[in-house]
Amino acid sequence: MARENFEEKLLQLKNQVLLMSEMAKIALTQAVHALDKQDEIQAQTIIEQDQQINDLEDEINNYAIWLIAKEQPVAKDLRHLVTTLKVTNDIERIGDLAVNIAKAVQTIGNETVHVEKKAIIHMAETVEKMIDVVIEAFFHEDIDKALTVAEMDDKVDKQYAETVTEMLHYMADNRNEINAITQLAFVSRYLERVADHVTNISESIIYLVKGKYVDLN
Amino acid sequence: MKLMDPSKMQARMHRRIYQNNILKYIFLLATLFGLVVLATLIIRVLNDGLGWIDFNFLTGRLSNDAERAGIMGAILGTFWLMVVVAPVTLIVGIGTAIFLELYLKKGKAQSFIQTNISNLAGVPSIVYGILGLTIFVRLMDMGNIVLAGGLTLSLLVLPIIIVAAQEAIRAVPSFLTEASYGMGATKWQTIKNIILPAALPGMLTGAILALSRAIGETAPLTVIGIPALIIPFPSGITDKFTALPMQIYYWTLDSSLVAEYANLAAATIVVLLLLLFILNSTAIFIRNKFQQRY
Amino acid sequence: MSISFVTETPKKELPSIHEANKQSNQVVFDTKQLNLWYGDTHALKEVDLLIYEKEITAIIGPSGCGKSTYLKTLNRMVELVPTVKISGNITYKNKDILDRSFKVEELRTLVGMVFQKPNPFPKSIYDNVAYGAKIHGIRNKKILDEIVERSLKGAALWDEVKDRLKENAYGLSGGQQQRLCIARTLAIEPDVILMDEPTSALDPISTSKIEELIQTLKKDYSIIIVTHNMQQAARISDRTAFFLNGEVVEYDKTEKLFSNPNDKRTEDYITGRFG
Repeated sequence: MARENFEEKLLQLKNQVLLMSEMAKIALTQAVHALDKQDEIQAQTIIEQDQQINDLEDEINNYAIWLIAKEQPVAKDLRHLVTTLKVTNDIERIGDLAVNIAKAVQTIGNETVHVEKKAIIHMAETVEKMIDVVIEAFFHEDIDKALTVAEMDDKVDKQYAETVTEMLHYMADNRNEINAITQLAFVSRYLERVADHVTNISESIIYLVKGKYVDLN
Repeated sequence: MKLMDPSKMQARMHRRIYQNNILKYIFLLATLFGLVVLATLIIRVLNDGLGWIDFNFLTGRLSNDAERAGIMGAILGTFWLMVVVAPVTLIVGIGTAIFLELYLKKGKAQSFIQTNISNLAGVPSIVYGILGLTIFVRLMDMGNIVLAGGLTLSLLVLPIIIVAAQEAIRAVPSFLTEASYGMGATKWQTIKNIILPAALPGMLTGAILALSRAIGETAPLTVIGIPALIIPFPSGITDKFTALPMQIYYWTLDSSLVAEYANLAAATIVVLLLLLFILNSTAIFIRNKFQQRY
Repeated sequence: MSISFVTETPKKELPSIHEANKQSNQVVFDTKQLNLWYGDTHALKEVDLLIYEKEITAIIGPSGCGKSTYLKTLNRMVELVPTVKISGNITYKNKDILDRSFKVEELRTLVGMVFQKPNPFPKSIYDNVAYGAKIHGIRNKKILDEIVERSLKGAALWDEVKDRLKENAYGLSGGQQQRLCIARTLAIEPDVILMDEPTSALDPISTSKIEELIQTLKKDYSIIIVTHNMQQAARISDRTAFFLNGEVVEYDKTEKLFSNPNDKRTEDYITGRFG
């Protein structure tokens, strides 16, 4: 097998992408946790740590571009690097959405919120599971797994619609909690966006393996 | 760990260099052997003959009187021989080479002909003399005229010219002929425009060297009965003639009768050598001047 | 309102930047079940290939895969090898070129060739370009001058050599020599130009000049190029055929073959993981 050196570098790059996605997932989990506990300090930590995800994205992208320049890859090698560039963009956006959630936590502050957060937590769990699945699909280049992400995305979309409707109803009766409920509606919107990015990643995985674009959204 | 032990290598170093120097001198000796013999020959010939070369010697007729003898007849004979040999060998030789190299399919027939041509180049010249005597002098009833002698010598040097011309054709790079064929040129157009211009210097060099061999040949001429008598100067290819090497041969033969004939032979050798020198220089000149760059 | 306007924009009006989406031109060479032997060596096996007009077709593959042999079959230069045996069909615009009645001299006038090593004749620049016209019987000095000028311009060499047409072609640089060889081929006004690794003996700058030239020539000629340089094939060709052990493993639009090949062997070869 020729080009072992290049293969080694592709593998390193893949591991960096996995690391980045783990970081984004942790940020999201912590943001949801902070929301649940209304923990402003944890929210602040998430906001500060986002820079690390952004830095890692730059590092991965620069390296991928350098590999494209020096190895002049074609076919699957090229798709691998292009996919890497796209996937890191999606992961970075997931990190940003975790920050948005953390900011929502800060805006709510220690206002008393009576509305049930269970629907949002539930939605967050589905999204986190999606991230797990997509990470695995990316690692094994597994199309079947990538496709299951699309199904889960449909579920998230449904949950989002239900959650928002529920919030609006609740808001009509509890005018004094209008600020907090708006923020919660935003959070569910953010979670739905995360699910979309995860779906984008699975599209990228399918492109990596098959060389064809599919629309899962 | 080093597989080559430096101390043992060091020990062998001296012997290796010594061996190297010894061999250099052996090769030098081999070269000197030829050079010394040649130099001795030339010095002796020049010593014996140079004093005898004068205007009369070069332009005069043959005479039994050593003081009055001249070699104009032999020079003219050799000239007319070349008039026959040069065109015959060039046309037939190059034609044969072109056919063998470019037209004849590679195979058993080709290799059979090739082997025989190579063998012919090694046949002793006296055999060609007998061939010439049988065919040209007797069978075609020419008698011992220039044409018969010239054709005999042509036969003798043809294999050399053919082989030289084949080498010259083979030395034309295939990328040139391919380029020509690739543009839709026929075989003859390619030969005429590409192969011959590129091969001609090599062919001419071979031809001139073969000619100088023909000039120096004695044995075949002896066999077909070329005299060294006092005969009129030849003025065409149908005249009887004598040639320079024949003159040398007879004078050397008769030097036991008249001592001065040895000097005349030496003087003729000088003239012949000079002629050969000029021919060979021409060959080198042609090769350098017309050699194409690619 | 403005949003609905955007969505109503018909999609088909967007011009595609992808070469692969272009419509196919007419077929120049149609190869069917071509088999070729050098003595006992089976050099081409059941080759089926369609070469299209005014496109650049690249042939890639490892050494000894038969790609040069295939190229040389298209102008029957392969017949210079005495032991060669050919079966199958190649038609050039519906005429069978392997038929004995199709004269090679005519074929090679229609199908010119540029070789791996620049091989100008040891003649003047002018005589090199005029050679083809002269062997086809053109003697008129005016016409010859025009052919030489036009061919040299066509090969993007005119400006560099117009003041020294009488000088020996071997005074030119390697890249110029190769462009001279292209000019020499253009002079016989062929339809197709075969190129056998035309840049493999050249430096990168000369190589890119030749690549530019090849892409300009595409307007007027169908070009088939054998190359070891896969980036070159990807850069300049419209279609690429991958040969392996005398067989065509894959033949597709270049964009498809280099971004998403069908065959594992193609993938391994173009990504440099061969063997």
